[in-house]
Amino acid sequence: MADAWASAHEATRSADVALAAVPAGGDNRLPPPAMSEPWPVRLLLIAFALGFLGLFVVLPILSVFLEAFGQGLSTYVSRLAQPESLAAIRLTLVTASIAVPLNVVFGVSAAWVVSKYRFPGKSLLVTLIDLPFSVSPVVSGLIYVLMFGRRGVLGPWLEAHGLRIIFATPGIVLATIFVTFPFVAREVLPIMQDQGNDEEEAALTLGAGGWRIFWQVTLPKVKWGILYGVILCNARSMGEFGAVSVVSGHIRGETNTMPLQVEILYNDYDTVGAFALASLLMGLALATLVAKKIIEPRQFRR
Amino acid sequence: MNVSVKNVTKRFTAKGTPAVFDASFTATSGAITTLLGPSGSGKTTLLRVVAGLEVADQGQVFFDDRDVSRVPARSRGIGFVFQAFALFNHMTVRRNVAYALEVRGASEEEKRKRVAELLALVQLEGYADRYPRQLSGGQRQRVGFARALACRPSILLLDEPFGALDARVRVELREWLMQLHETTKLTTILVTHDQDEALELSAQIVVMDQGRVVQVGSPSDVYDRPRTPFVASFVGTANVLRGRVEGERVALGSLSVSVPSGTRDGAEVRAIVRPHDVRLAKNDGEQAGRSLGTITRMVGLGAHVKLQLELPSHDPVTVQLTRGEADAMGLAVGDKVVVDLAEAKVFVEDYSI
Repeated sequence: MADAWASAHEATRSADVALAAVPAGGDNRLPPPAMSEPWPVRLLLIAFALGFLGLFVVLPILSVFLEAFGQGLSTYVSRLAQPESLAAIRLTLVTASIAVPLNVVFGVSAAWVVSKYRFPGKSLLVTLIDLPFSVSPVVSGLIYVLMFGRRGVLGPWLEAHGLRIIFATPGIVLATIFVTFPFVAREVLPIMQDQGNDEEEAALTLGAGGWRIFWQVTLPKVKWGILYGVILCNARSMGEFGAVSVVSGHIRGETNTMPLQVEILYNDYDTVGAFALASLLMGLALATLVAKKIIEPRQFRR
Repeated sequence: MNVSVKNVTKRFTAKGTPAVFDASFTATSGAITTLLGPSGSGKTTLLRVVAGLEVADQGQVFFDDRDVSRVPARSRGIGFVFQAFALFNHMTVRRNVAYALEVRGASEEEKRKRVAELLALVQLEGYADRYPRQLSGGQRQRVGFARALACRPSILLLDEPFGALDARVRVELREWLMQLHETTKLTTILVTHDQDEALELSAQIVVMDQGRVVQVGSPSDVYDRPRTPFVASFVGTANVLRGRVEGERVALGSLSVSVPSGTRDGAEVRAIVRPHDVRLAKNDGEQAGRSLGTITRMVGLGAHVKLQLELPSHDPVTVQLTRGEADAMGLAVGDKVVVDLAEAKVFVEDYSI
């Protein structure tokens, strides 16, 4: 316990150091002054870049919060606390809390298998991991409707057994898992491949068994990669719209996740309610970026 | 404990050339045996087969009389030291060293005692609570040794243990390893591509080339009586001269050496000459029938002077003299000198005679 505290403490401390070191490291890689443009050109370029960022990123972020809080904090809280929005928040949390752990297990085991063993179909597996990134989320949702829907492959069997997947929580969870499963695997795989098997082999010659090697040697090596993957995976599973929209059925208070509920509220002209919920998603996004910034420099450190 | 490797073959691809082919040798109990060869010669693969980290396609590995070919690495009772250290970076030195004991469920008291013993052995007392990243390369590798020795293995396997260190530390650790071996007297197999390391440390050298064992012998066997031109040129520096047998002599361009009788007249040969087996004399004008070489380069290396000569046949020859010899002759670049060969190892069409 004391150990865990100490290492957590150390982690935050060196995260500070790492954060502070990043801009300095970036500046070291600037081209020499001789290669630089004359100052009016430089000024123009910088102004353009900052202006673009402000117009297309900062302004929309601000407007989300301005709209949400525009009629005061009490309105914000009351619009956020309406039963349908609360149900959407609950469903989103449930979905993420199932999808993320499953994707951690899948991602780590896929990375393990790919980096430790030689087997036929390995390159196919590596390619397939990326499939959800390259297919439209709407199609991902449709796949599940075609599988589990009333007219789908497994639909009649499910109906006969009284099981509901499409237009219910299980369908939403499945669609979310599908669109988010590359995140953890994609983060962990390169780290495992990069670090090789030396330490695992060392543990083996020292008498350790496979399970112990995994927990005591492999997992600590990739923990930052896993955490990074978890954060991205979580952000996407809470924010996913397309795939979830197809399988959800939009039953108010039952099968709407936060992004779906935002759209419904907006279409109902409940602007404050929509933006209040959106502000939560935006907050999640900003928190994700901060976490990403802290973890990134630690990830590939030996 | 003797380690015997019998006819081991290992392939990584079904069709390609094997990484190790039909390799056999015996590492004597209590001595250091070195697997020496260029990179890609299969020496590391062979060591990993002995460790159980690779399974041989054919052949067996014996520890004394016990066939361990099917025994998993974790049960072979070996200590393995890796080129890149392979320390557990998230564990302290103490926990790294105690890992084998931890795996076996040793008590805290037992671990504490053994770690103290081992850190004293590798001269790292006071470093127990550091992390590997806080140590220098040489210190890390000594932790690697301590960790491998923790469970009192009967065999120590070293895979280029000094390969990731800079030259100075490498020489220091070589001395240190010699002392360590004096105290532990463990049967040790060392993989290296560094011939100095091999010649200095080993009781026995196994020279490997392209997956095959080409010669097994003591350092002086391998150096003075190489069995193939490859061994001659890989172990120690060597000049290679091509020539032809003419009666009792081998003509090597403008030089010649005697050959044992029974060699076919006119046979093509390769002669291997060590730099310190070339004799030089000042050109005194009475050089009839003797070869003259021109000094093209001179480098003083401490007690020795290394010279590069060009023979009339345009063959380059490297010569090593003591500084005293060189000074006495007053040699300079551009001088012509009389060249003679004191000793040459002659190979006819790849076969030693």
